[in-house]
Amino acid sequence: MKNAALLFTLLLAQPLFADSNLPPAYWANRELPNPRQEAEAQALMEQLRCLVCQGQSIADSDAELAGDMRDLVRRRIAAGEKPSVIRSWLMQRYGTWISYKPTDEPAAWPLWLAPLALLLIGVWLIRRRIKLKASE
Amino acid sequence: MSRGLRLIPIILLLFLLSGLAWRLIKPADTAIPSQMVERQLPQFELPPAMPAKPGLSAADLATGEPRLLNIFASWCVPCASEGKVLQELQRRGVKIDSIAVRDTPEALTAFLARNGDPYERIGADRQSDVQIALGSSGVPETFLIDGHGVVRRQYIGALNASNIPGVLQELEQAR
Repeated sequence: MKNAALLFTLLLAQPLFADSNLPPAYWANRELPNPRQEAEAQALMEQLRCLVCQGQSIADSDAELAGDMRDLVRRRIAAGEKPSVIRSWLMQRYGTWISYKPTDEPAAWPLWLAPLALLLIGVWLIRRRIKLKASE
Repeated sequence: MSRGLRLIPIILLLFLLSGLAWRLIKPADTAIPSQMVERQLPQFELPPAMPAKPGLSAADLATGEPRLLNIFASWCVPCASEGKVLQELQRRGVKIDSIAVRDTPEALTAFLARNGDPYERIGADRQSDVQIALGSSGVPETFLIDGHGVVRRQYIGALNASNIPGVLQELEQAR
């Protein structure tokens, strides 16, 4: 009985960060009428990280803050702002964290250098093999 | 293949496992600090969130003395427990303004009647616009603004009683 009561109260429990009771922002789930602008907005939204569901882009996230950010992106694109300007406006507020696009900061250098390093290791391994075969 | 080379996969595996274990024991910090700290507040002007209180603009926060700017919402559970701490700060003479994110006047009035009202002004941010402009990533958060409208500090999450001395000290320093 105690367990059943506990289970019942757990079912009633609300998530800690509940959603508001306002509807989503106007452009949160609506496409821009201009297809070229919508494509630009979509491409940018896929590269912006959601602040709530931190593994998702704002294009994929159901969080309200992500909806408000989609609205912000579409409004600004519709007003003629460049995606790169919107991205840097957000990066001024949340840092490079907000963008999935890798930067050229020193912290990202290993990311850029890794493919080159792997390629060199591969070449070295193949050359070794060829030499071993030749000496057999 | 030499013996040394054969050990490489095992070493890599141990390296990977120790990395995983380390993150399990010490989870990464998921808070995203605002880059607006030590910078001038962005321009904004928010309408009143409820009839009984004035709205909030950036100019209201540059009055010559440091103030707190609390980002909260009536639908946010930790915000309710933070109310007592903010009231204690207000009792000690701290000026507190706020931004209510995605809120309705009715819900807000009921929330303040229930949890107390430490605010001088409450701006209504119905689409999180100003929240985003401030680099805030959730509710509740509190910004310390100096007399010139420069953000001096951001507190992420609900303030609790143990924060009070620190907040008072930082307000004094911002003077």
